[in-house]
Amino acid sequence: MEYTKKIIGGNFSEAGEASSAIKKVLKQLGVDSQVIRRTVVAIYEAEVNVVAHAYEGLLSVLIEDDKIKIVIEDEGHGIEDIEKAMEAGYSTASEKVREMGFGAGMGLPNIKANTDKMTINSVVGKGTVIELINYF
Amino acid sequence: MKIEEIRYLLNAKISSLPKCRDCEYNFAFASDLMSDVLRIRPDEVILITGLCNVQTIRTAEMSDINCVVLGRGKQPNDEMKKLAQDNNITLMYCDYSVYKICSILGKEGIKPLY
Repeated sequence: MEYTKKIIGGNFSEAGEASSAIKKVLKQLGVDSQVIRRTVVAIYEAEVNVVAHAYEGLLSVLIEDDKIKIVIEDEGHGIEDIEKAMEAGYSTASEKVREMGFGAGMGLPNIKANTDKMTINSVVGKGTVIELINYF
Repeated sequence: MKIEEIRYLLNAKISSLPKCRDCEYNFAFASDLMSDVLRIRPDEVILITGLCNVQTIRTAEMSDINCVVLGRGKQPNDEMKKLAQDNNITLMYCDYSVYKICSILGKEGIKPLY
C-alpha cells in the first residue's frame, strides 16, 4: 500500500494529518500497537520538521508485508551539520515553532529512537531527504 | 482514578468525553514540550500541559494518550475539541497552574512516570 502527502512549510494546523491517516491504516492492518506508536511518532516528528524548517515537502509511505518505508523529502534550508542536528537539544527553530510545543532539538533524536533504520541526506540551500524503515 | 474524580479534584470543565468515562488512570506526565511527550511510553497516563493548540491533541493521539488536562486557564478551540472527540481523547481544562494540578493529583495517588 502506498500513501503520499504534500506538506506545506509553516502550516502547523495540518501537521500530523499524514501521521494520523497512517496510524489508522496500520491499525486496520493489525500491526502491533508498539510498532504503530513508534512509527507514527517518527512520522509526526518528521512532518513537524518540514513544517518548521522547509518551504514544502513530500511524505511517501510504502507499507509491505513485513515493514513500512517512509521517505520525507523537503525543499528548504537544508541541514548544515547533520551530526550536530542529531544531538538532543540542538535546535535552529524559530520562536513560532517553539510556541507550538516543538523546536527544542528533540525532533531528529526522537525519529532515530523510534525507527529501526534511518538515513538522512541534506544539501544546504536545497533541502533534506530522510528515509526511515520500521519492521513489523 | 477515573475521569469524574479528576474533573472534580481540579474543578475542571470537560470539552471532549468520547468513551473513557470508566478508564482508570494511575500516572501523569506534565510538559509544554511536545517532543518530550512523544518520548514517553504511555500506559494509563494523563497528559497535563499549559500548551493549548491543535498539536497538543495531535501529540496525544500519536502517543496513545487518551486524557489531556489543560492548565493555567487555557481553553481549547473548536478544532482541538473535534480532534479530541474524533480520536477518543478526553479533553478537560481548568484554571489551576500545572504545578497545582500535579500537586493535587499527586496527593491523591497519581504517580509520575519516572
